[in-house]
Amino acid sequence: MLYKLIIIGSGPAGYTAGIYAGRAGLNPLLFAGEKSGGQLIYTTMVENWPGAKDGVTGPKLMRDLREQAEKFGTKIIDKKVIKVDFSNRPFEIFTPEVKDAHTSGVYAAGAIIVATGAESIKLNIPGEERLLGRGVATCAVCDALFYRDKKAAVVGGGDAAVEDALALTKFAKEVVLVVRREELRASKIMQQRVENNPKIKILWKSQVTEIMGEDKVEAIKINNAETVKTDGVFLAIGHKPASGIFKGQLDLDEKGYIKVWQTMTSVQGVFAAGDCVDYRYRQAITAAGMGCQAAIDAEKWLENQSQ
Amino acid sequence: MPAIHFTDKDFEEKVIKSTLPVLVDFYADWCGPCQQAGPVIEELAEEYKEKVLIGKVNVDESKNTSGKYGIMSIPTMVVFKDGKEAERVSGFGGKDGVVKLLKKVLGEK
Repeated sequence: MLYKLIIIGSGPAGYTAGIYAGRAGLNPLLFAGEKSGGQLIYTTMVENWPGAKDGVTGPKLMRDLREQAEKFGTKIIDKKVIKVDFSNRPFEIFTPEVKDAHTSGVYAAGAIIVATGAESIKLNIPGEERLLGRGVATCAVCDALFYRDKKAAVVGGGDAAVEDALALTKFAKEVVLVVRREELRASKIMQQRVENNPKIKILWKSQVTEIMGEDKVEAIKINNAETVKTDGVFLAIGHKPASGIFKGQLDLDEKGYIKVWQTMTSVQGVFAAGDCVDYRYRQAITAAGMGCQAAIDAEKWLENQSQ
Repeated sequence: MPAIHFTDKDFEEKVIKSTLPVLVDFYADWCGPCQQAGPVIEELAEEYKEKVLIGKVNVDESKNTSGKYGIMSIPTMVVFKDGKEAERVSGFGGKDGVVKLLKKVLGEK
């Protein structure tokens, strides 16, 4: 199937690109992946989305953005993209069902918008993999209720870590925030909430070096020395760009972010937006903004090609 | 066949005493990744209807069952075979992740 535009990704950048490209009459196809909705799926209340003055939950915001993109003619497929070929036009996209150019029904497009976002980083320490789901967790708002009157630890110092710690205080009797540096990277308002919360204790200049426990988490080791008892460990140390499938196809920087000029990548006709590009702002609203820019750039580019 | 809802009341009867292997998705309505997993569980319930019984436990409603099996993270999918836990995986790893779990239990490649 040949499309004018294919969008890869279903976070704020991808869906906003879908809304704009749909309204521009491009009838885009959007690959949402099997876990559609991006990082906001793992949050509760989003308080800084302009217009939602009383806040909106992450999952609700993403459902609304998806429906809005569909309303303007974006066709959404909940499949993941496993491979791309940007070496010739039209560009080709492969999924688990359509694995190579010989399979019938290859997805192809005149222009592409990459909005694959970022994925969370693991600690890669002993105990982490083994105790996943048995106290090691990545979604505090999902799992907070299992920590009623228990102790929980959160690893990280950014907004995500602080939000996780605050979510856990609603149930846990004590929350330890393990911070690598001497300060929090989180926004001022979030920092104040942490400081004002008597249940949160911060361990500065601390790194978790081991997660201990037989069948479930019992303690964490800090800086290869001190052992801190806890019933759970929530990982919120940060994210890396989800750009693996574009290696060798697009120019990436040393950390894997896709290099862009405005929103155009190193391949003419392939655009990128959101957290797979942006290491500086990383907000829902900036991702959405870039998704809009990419859609406008793609539309203009396609128009010039046909002249 | 749609996914079955198991509760504290019928878990023993429908899951533990089942002759078919049973995959149970422990979930909550308000959990984002659980909402992502929901449609996939429904699809697989249909695809695997002859081989595996596929159902869900709402952790808010069936606290005893989720407590008994040490559920500390949602979604968590547990496969029971002959009344005993055979496999479990936490978090939603896409349809591939769940299929992998089912194949492992069924001994398929």
